Amino acid sequence: MATLIKERRVVHESAPSPDARVIRLEPGDDPASVAGELDRATRVEVNFPKFGDGRGFSIARLLRGHYGYKGELRAVGQITRDHLYFMERMGFDAFELREGEDANEALAAFTTFSVFYQRA
Amino acid sequence: MYIYDQVDQRLVDERVAQFRDQTRRFLDGKLSEDEFRALRLRNGLYIQRYAPMLRIAIPYGLLSSRQLRKLAQITRRYDRGYGHFSTRQNLQLNWPRLAEVPEILAELATVQMHAIQTSGNCIRNVTTDHFAGVAPDEIVDSFVWCEIIRQWSTFHPEFSYLPRKFKIGVNGSAADRAATFVHDIGLHALKNEAGEIGFRVIVGGGLGRTPILGQVIREFLPWPHLLTYLEAILRVYNRYGRRDNIWKARIKILVKERGADKFREEVEAEWARCKDSPATLTEEDVRRVEARFTRPRYESLAPVQALGGPGFESWKRRNVHGHKVPGYAAVTLSLKKTGVPPGDVTSEQMEAIADLADRYSFGELRVSHEQNLILADVREADLPALWRQARELGLATPNIGLLTNIIACPGGDFCALANAKSIPVAEAIQQRFDDLDYLHDIGELDLNISGCMNACGHHHVGHIGILGVDKNGEEWYQVEIGGNQGQTRTGTGAALGKVIGPSFARADVPQVIEQLIACYLERRDSEAERFVDVVHRIGIEPFKESVYGNAHQRAAGRSRERALA
Repeated sequence: MATLIKERRVVHESAPSPDARVIRLEPGDDPASVAGELDRATRVEVNFPKFGDGRGFSIARLLRGHYGYKGELRAVGQITRDHLYFMERMGFDAFELREGEDANEALAAFTTFSVFYQRA
Repeated sequence: MYIYDQVDQRLVDERVAQFRDQTRRFLDGKLSEDEFRALRLRNGLYIQRYAPMLRIAIPYGLLSSRQLRKLAQITRRYDRGYGHFSTRQNLQLNWPRLAEVPEILAELATVQMHAIQTSGNCIRNVTTDHFAGVAPDEIVDSFVWCEIIRQWSTFHPEFSYLPRKFKIGVNGSAADRAATFVHDIGLHALKNEAGEIGFRVIVGGGLGRTPILGQVIREFLPWPHLLTYLEAILRVYNRYGRRDNIWKARIKILVKERGADKFREEVEAEWARCKDSPATLTEEDVRRVEARFTRPRYESLAPVQALGGPGFESWKRRNVHGHKVPGYAAVTLSLKKTGVPPGDVTSEQMEAIADLADRYSFGELRVSHEQNLILADVREADLPALWRQARELGLATPNIGLLTNIIACPGGDFCALANAKSIPVAEAIQQRFDDLDYLHDIGELDLNISGCMNACGHHHVGHIGILGVDKNGEEWYQVEIGGNQGQTRTGTGAALGKVIGPSFARADVPQVIEQLIACYLERRDSEAERFVDVVHRIGIEPFKESVYGNAHQRAAGRSRERALA
C-alpha cells in the first residue's frame, strides 16, 4: 500500500465507503467536464502517470482558482518527494506517494523552500 | 546591477541545500540515473561527452566585477582555468566534477549567483539586449522587466514541468537586438500614442530542427498585465503542448498546429480568467524591482572625439557603440580572436576584465548573445587607454558585426549531441578572413555555426549559417544564407536562412564562404547594402551558382589531375 500524506502527515486510510464520490482526472482531462459535480465530491484525484508530466499542476490551479473547489485534492501516480512542494503550492492537500518513497524524507520536502516569489 | 534582497538570497541558499541533498542521495544510490537527471538538469548540470557540463545563470547577461572574479576563482579551482559564454548569455564550465557541483553552487550563492533553471523543461534564463539601459534608442530599461519575469518564473509551481524548455526574450529598444522572433515568447517594449508602456507579444518562434519565426499574438499589452498574460500563454502550453514526441514539444509546434488565430483565442480565453488576478503588476511592484538596481553615477561630460592610431580607429568603428548619456560609450570586448574558441575566456582574462570593468565601467559588464562581453558605461576620454589594455589581453579584435565575430556552439569537441565540430570550422574561416581591410570592406555580416540540428549556434539566423551534419559517420557542413536575427537596423528584418544545396567537407568550408562573399561583393549596389540585404533582394540562386558552379569545375579539375597523374 502506497504511503498517503494528508495535510503534511502520514495517514492510513480505511477502505473507501460505498457512497464516497471520487472524481479522478487524467492529465488530458478538462476540469470543466466535472465542474458541475465538484460540490458533491468526496475528493478529486489528479493522476500524474509520469515524473515529468506537469499538466496536473494546471488542472489543480484551475480546480482551486477558477472552479473554486474547496475539498480534498489528491495527487496520485508517480509522486516523489521532489514534487510535493510545488504540488502543495498549487492547492493539493493529499499525496499518494509512489511505491518505495521514504515517507519521512518526503515530509521534509514541504519545507525545502521557506519563501517564494509568485503571488497567485 | 540588481542587488538581492533577503528573499532572493534565501531562495538561492535553500536551492544549494536542496541540490546538495539530491546529489548525496544519487551518490548513495538512493536516486536512479533517470530521476537524478530530471533534478540535476534544473540546476544546469548535464553529463557531456567527457565530463559533466555546468551552466551558470547570468540573468539577462548582467554581471558585476565581483561576480566575474568569483567565476575566475571557480573556473581555476573546480575546472580547467576557463569558461565558455553561451548564446543565452550564460557561462558554461566543461570540466567540473559531479561531487563538487554542490560546492560550486554554494560559492556562486556567495555572490548572488546560481544555476537555477539553466536547463530542464522549465522557463529558462530570460535574455535581452546587451545595450539595455544605455542604448540611444531605448524605450524602456529591459533589465527591470527581465528581473520581474525572472522572479515570477523562478520555481513557478505550475510551470516547472512543461512539455519542453521555454525561452523568453525581452527587447526594450527600437531596434530588436534580442532576437525576439526566435524565442518561445518574444516581448518588444512599445510606447503607445498616449505615452503608455506596453509590449508586443510574439509567440512560437524558435530555432532547432524546426526553425520558425514567431507570430505576433498581441500588438500592445499594457505592462500591468504582463505576468497574467504570460501565465495564460504558459497554461495553454502546459496543458496542450505535445508530450508524446520531444521533437514536437516546443510551443512553436503548438502554435503552428493550432494556427496563430486559434492559439490567440485560447490564450485570450484563458487570460479572461486570470486577468486582474493578484499577479497583476502595480507601479509599486515595478518601483520595488527598479530600486534594487544600482545605477552608474554619470558625470556630466562633453562629448569627446578620442583619437588614436589607425588600429584604434578601426577598433572604435566596430567595437565602440553609442550611449544615451553624452560623453559615454559602450564597448564590446571581442571574445572572437582567431584561434580561440568563440566565447571562451580564461580565468586570468576574467580577472583582468573585472579590473577593466572596475576602472572604466562602474564595475559592471554584460554578456551578449553573440558571446562577447560589453563594458556599457565607458567615458569617451578613456577609450584609447581601454583599447590599449584590451589589446594586450587579446580582447580588442575589431570585428564586432563582421564576418569573424562568429557565433558557435561548443560542437563536437565537447558536446555529446553534436554531429560535427564547430570550433575548428570557426577558426579556419577566421584564418581565411584575417585581412582586416578586406573584412571591413565586406561590412556587416553575421556568421553562425551549429554542430547539430539543435541549433545552439543559431545558424538559422546567421546571414551565413553553417550546420554540422553526419553522413555515414563523417562530418559534413550544410550552408544556409539569408537568415537574420531581427530588425537591428533598417533593411531586412528577422528571417530564417535557406540552404544553398548539398553539404561540404570541412576543408572546403572557407572556400565556399569566400565564393559567397565574392558573389555578394559583385552584386551589392553600395557599401551600405549588407550581404543579407543582397540575398533578400536577388534571392539565393546567384549565390548557389557561384558556389556549385565552381564546385563542379573543381571536381572536374580534380579528375583531370588524377587522369594526368
